[in-house]
Amino acid sequence: MVRGVLFLAGMSVIVVLGGIFAMLFYYGMHAFSDISLSEFFLSTSWNPSAYGEPTYGILSMVVSTLFVSVGAMVIAIPIGVGAAAYISEIAKPAVRETLKPVIEILASIPSVVVGFFGIVFLGPLIADTFGLSSGLNAINGSFLLAFMSLPTIISVSEDAIHSVPEEYKAASMALGATKWYTLVKVILPAASSGIIASIMLGFGRAIGETMTVLMATGNALRMPGNLFDSVRTMTANIAIELGEVPFNTTHYYSLFAVGLMLFLMTMLVNLAAERITQHIGRHKL
Amino acid sequence: MNFAKIKIVGAIAISALLVTACGGSQKRQNAIQISGSDSEVNMVQNLAEAYMKKSPEQSIAVTGGGSGTGIAALINQQTDIANSSRMMNKTEYQQARDQGVEPVAIPFAIDGLAVIINHELPITELTIDQISQIYKGSITNWSELGGPDLPITVYGRQSNSGTYVYFRDNVVKADYTNNMRNMNGTAQIVEAVRSDNSAIGYVGIGYIVDKEGKVADRLSVLNVAADADSPAYSPLNKENVASGLYPISRALYQFTNGMPEGRMLDFIRFELSPEGQQVVVNAGYYPLGQSYMDELKEMGIIE
Repeated sequence: MVRGVLFLAGMSVIVVLGGIFAMLFYYGMHAFSDISLSEFFLSTSWNPSAYGEPTYGILSMVVSTLFVSVGAMVIAIPIGVGAAAYISEIAKPAVRETLKPVIEILASIPSVVVGFFGIVFLGPLIADTFGLSSGLNAINGSFLLAFMSLPTIISVSEDAIHSVPEEYKAASMALGATKWYTLVKVILPAASSGIIASIMLGFGRAIGETMTVLMATGNALRMPGNLFDSVRTMTANIAIELGEVPFNTTHYYSLFAVGLMLFLMTMLVNLAAERITQHIGRHKL
Repeated sequence: MNFAKIKIVGAIAISALLVTACGGSQKRQNAIQISGSDSEVNMVQNLAEAYMKKSPEQSIAVTGGGSGTGIAALINQQTDIANSSRMMNKTEYQQARDQGVEPVAIPFAIDGLAVIINHELPITELTIDQISQIYKGSITNWSELGGPDLPITVYGRQSNSGTYVYFRDNVVKADYTNNMRNMNGTAQIVEAVRSDNSAIGYVGIGYIVDKEGKVADRLSVLNVAADADSPAYSPLNKENVASGLYPISRALYQFTNGMPEGRMLDFIRFELSPEGQQVVVNAGYYPLGQSYMDELKEMGIIE
């Protein structure tokens, strides 16, 4: 009986995932009976509840999503990998034992709190620093998402670095390499697939994050020109519009199509991360 | 092993209990459910509390979510009263009829929409047309309006807001510029305009004026003129809004399914009574004028 129950629990995950995908696909596809594929993917104008003609182009939202998440990775990768290397290789045990739980706590801060921090603290700071009128823009979102994906990057990278066999280090040291040289030329390359996987997971987290970017990026609909422009990401758009959309209209279906697109993007990133992690599993030792 | 088994069976039993408990509470329907407009939620909450103090046997639950959300809930028969700061549109009426719902619109308060700018800007009044051009994106710099040479940062609500729709349809009369920052709620617009020295935004007047009529700091409330030939009026003077001289005011509505009866009618009559209208005024809004009251009399809502 226990076996059966646990089997059901395990299978329920697959059922839920399949169900969500089927629903997104079913509703999302309805959108394309009214919207041409070229408009959906290539137009930069999104305004389904327009005063004039409704438009359904997601290009500027996709670009905005990538802007914010790639920006986040540019900030998070050096800090995350650096922190992981420090914790795993350099820090004294006492420091390590303090840092690790702190990073866990960082991961548990609710996204709405991070978004609030972006509005009241980081936004004005960015505006002052760069002489802008408003700090609700892409770079604000990037900083916050970097902060939110750091725990993932640090803990997965740290595991990867930690699992590099001690012999590698010993061999490098025996050949007269310095500690720094060993870290950069031996340990980090040996752990590279785990580190890349951690970056992918962090990137997936950044693409899918909603509340923080909704609060901190200003949500303007135009195509962003640079990091100081206000942007509206795909997730924020769904969150803004799904609450009020009339059921079973083109607008309703088009939001599912955006969701489907987002799901495929994060799934690709996660699958890539998964493949890379399996890769290290096989090549260890 | 046995212990593990007991634990799992216990967990299932507890979840089963929880499920039945939730089902039970859903069937209990003695509270009047009200949901919708974020502009109205605080005021209606105050009205509900004042009413429940008078009639302690009654219970009213008020939630926000935006006018569109409230109307959708009325159409799906998940709420008794939908708060909305705009009229229902054709599509929504059609959907309601398809579901067998007959929406009745009951105005119960007047809201003046204030156009606010950062206090550092030396501008005191604009015409409706100038405001429209700013929000359409055809005026983009304060120097075009006699202000400093600063690009205008335009703030507005998100599309699930009745205020967003009302302002677009009655003031801008065109699509918003896609440079407009879409803020998640009135409080965020206020916060942004206070901290951004080139900002313009629009909010319900009740949000920025306290009980003594004092405006929140670091903001200026613009006087607005209907056109270039008319004088500009301030929404801070209640007379201007109640008499319609201030050009951006709107009725706030509650929608019911069919003519309200019984305790729902009783509550709505309380809102429209002098006592209820005083609660409206205390919340920073304006009481209904005589023409609305006559209309409600004709509908048979009040005597």
